[in-house]
Amino acid sequence: MLDRTIAPEIKDAIDFNLHLKPAEKFTLDNGVPVYSINAGAQEVTLIELVFNAGNWYEDQNIVAGTTNFLLKNGTSKRSAFEINDHFEYYGAYLNRNCYNETANITLHCLNKHLKDVLPVVEELITDSIFSEEELAIYKQNQTQRLKVSLQKCDFVANRFIDEYLFGFNHPYGRYTSIPDFEALHREQLLKFFKDYYLNGKCVIFVAGKLPADIFEQLNNVFGHLPLNKNGLPEKTYDITAKAEKKHRIINDQNGVQGAIRIARPFPNRRHPDFIKSQVLNNVFGGFFGSRLMSNIREDKGYTYGIHSYFQNHVRDSAWMVSTEAGRDVCEATITEVYKEMKILQEELVDDEELLLVQNYMIGTILGDLDGPFQIINRWKNYVLNGLDESYFYNSINTIKTITPREIRELAQKYLVAEDFYELVVV
Amino acid sequence: MHSFFKGMIQYDRFVLDNGLRVIVHEDHSTPMAVVNVMYDVGARDENPQRTGFAHLFEHLMFGGSVNIEDYDEPLQMAGGENNAYTTNDLTNYYIQLPSENIETAFWLESDRMLSLAFSEKSLDVQRKVVCEEFKEHYINKPYGDVWHKLRELSYKEHPYKWMTIGKDLSHIENAQLIDVKEFFFKHYRPVNAILVVSGHVQLENVKRLAAKWFGPIPMGEKYLRNLPQEPKQMQARLLEIEADVPLDAFFKTWHMAPRLSKGYYAADLLSDIFSGGGSSRLYQALVKEQQLFSQIDCSHMGSVEAGLLTIEGKLVKGVKMQDAEKAVQEEVEKIKSDLVNETELQKVKNKTESMIAFEDMTVMNRANSLALYELLGDAEMMNTELNRYQQITIEDIKEVANEIFDENNSNTMHYFSRN
Repeated sequence: MLDRTIAPEIKDAIDFNLHLKPAEKFTLDNGVPVYSINAGAQEVTLIELVFNAGNWYEDQNIVAGTTNFLLKNGTSKRSAFEINDHFEYYGAYLNRNCYNETANITLHCLNKHLKDVLPVVEELITDSIFSEEELAIYKQNQTQRLKVSLQKCDFVANRFIDEYLFGFNHPYGRYTSIPDFEALHREQLLKFFKDYYLNGKCVIFVAGKLPADIFEQLNNVFGHLPLNKNGLPEKTYDITAKAEKKHRIINDQNGVQGAIRIARPFPNRRHPDFIKSQVLNNVFGGFFGSRLMSNIREDKGYTYGIHSYFQNHVRDSAWMVSTEAGRDVCEATITEVYKEMKILQEELVDDEELLLVQNYMIGTILGDLDGPFQIINRWKNYVLNGLDESYFYNSINTIKTITPREIRELAQKYLVAEDFYELVVV
Repeated sequence: MHSFFKGMIQYDRFVLDNGLRVIVHEDHSTPMAVVNVMYDVGARDENPQRTGFAHLFEHLMFGGSVNIEDYDEPLQMAGGENNAYTTNDLTNYYIQLPSENIETAFWLESDRMLSLAFSEKSLDVQRKVVCEEFKEHYINKPYGDVWHKLRELSYKEHPYKWMTIGKDLSHIENAQLIDVKEFFFKHYRPVNAILVVSGHVQLENVKRLAAKWFGPIPMGEKYLRNLPQEPKQMQARLLEIEADVPLDAFFKTWHMAPRLSKGYYAADLLSDIFSGGGSSRLYQALVKEQQLFSQIDCSHMGSVEAGLLTIEGKLVKGVKMQDAEKAVQEEVEKIKSDLVNETELQKVKNKTESMIAFEDMTVMNRANSLALYELLGDAEMMNTELNRYQQITIEDIKEVANEIFDENNSNTMHYFSRN
């Protein structure tokens, strides 16, 4: 008779040997580095061009984001419609995103159509014209979109908490308001495009079941462009964090939930505490089995979900607790968050809970290495943060060997209630 | 060499004596395994006085089972992750974990199919959690109530008239343990379920584990679905409302064909021609050229039974609702009267091909698709779907446009900004 109360034997994930497939690196004729992962079974390729063209480099709010957004909206040879029609005809997806330090263009394409679409990617980064008409439509529609977002408590909370942490004059703390759209001019976009795309600094990541001639294809299309010739301008910003730490904002009188953000400054990935703190973060609020989730969702039912995480910035990070909770239980939720911090400072995590978190983290990394797109994404993170694969193996080793005592020390150092900003937006 | 080099996904299928259907898809390029359990029950199977129940129930499936107090902990200990979702048609649970530990997944999934713990505490907490989920997504957001209203406007009889989250918070607040038990033993039986195991697994081992863990579970009664059918709509409907939102918005739905009919594939391609990207018709005409809308979208529910095709958009400030509506209607009339271009149709077919290729990259997605197709009647659809799209002609598109875009088949909602 099967005894269902006895769990099957498991192999502890911390006993697995994890291996990160090395990225192959080559350099185009113009010096642009290319990192590639050749793996997978589907005949598809992902190509990501990353430029140092994030809002770190703009002189006026949203110039970087707007330039990036309008890359698809017209060259001297093709209208926005013709550009979209070209990519869509070949079933290719062309996306672009702007972040703090970097901005990218990402192409997902079936291998058989790569030759037809790559030259148009080149056209976009060398010949975009940012017409007045496209800019006007963009301003109008983005303004409307922003008005809708500003009614959402979570959106508003994310803006303010960043401002408290970094100050509005720092790229990490800045956000968009409607007058920013009105202040945009075509000339600013053209100049930003010229400095940071056409003559910019670029690194390329490719992954998939790569065609044998992928290097030639990339070199033919991008290898002759005037990229990576100039150094980047030195730009520094001071962090001017807000003095007052506790904030309550009413955005919608009739709101039935509040967006809660509790956050403190935290060092970047290269700091020796960063990897260890990832383990502490998982115990605290980093996954479904975390203490915050167990207490505030699974025991009290105050929220649909509560998470803690480190912000994904290159220079300075922040440790953030984020949730949307019922309006009447927001303060009770905050009290519980601090209570969990205090417990972590005072009591050692027991071995079984730690082993569970370790196994979970290793299992997640193992699952995350499934497929070429996921692997290149990890590599991209390392390259853009000035790290290499030793970071991967250090992380694995730290997860496997961290002790309850080290975790408590980190909690005593960082999970200090007075260091946290606290915000509720209803 | 993998079978999908040739665009084919290979799998094996067998049925246990208790009626549980099992599909195994091996892929040894990953160290992981996926265990996916799909139950043939969704929000459409709910009592109209107890809506939101299938989804609430999904939450309760994590509240402990008859022999295992905690579902999540042993799985996390085994290095696994899991999640679940409920739609109007079905409920799906999936686990990904290192393949060495696959038996843990069999142990957990089979025990909660055998019986739940039916704990009062779990029901108590999950009622609250789901109420917060309801508020977060459908009350505390501008336009959050749109789909509640559109479904009620478009369906008078069929249970698609309510959303998966439920019609009303009170339905969830009033759920009792007795309802939970009844629902479980009616729907969560092997005979109403499909198990898909994929990734770094061996067929023989899966057979052994399935027989060991799922084999002893009583078959249960096959649930025979007998839902009220929606009568053919004979007259256009209009709903006008005002809300505290910044922009006026326009919504219009039309009834379309069920999932397995040819009309579904044509309607799917039609929706892509209308709004599948930056070169689609509605975006180009209404957002870029005429600048009547700041956003426009055409989509359908993807439902098993006859669903809805929808056009929805937010109006540019200052544009009159009637002018926006008229412009939409012109595009609708155009596709009814003129054949689309061959290249335009080819474009959306290419997009579909590419979407399928990208979706099939992970074993998790492949497991999920296999379960869905088996639920629809034939797992082999995994390998024949693309062909069904390829066969659609420009004449089919015109025909389906004329079938769907009949004014008497339509439901319009004018959603006005109060300020």
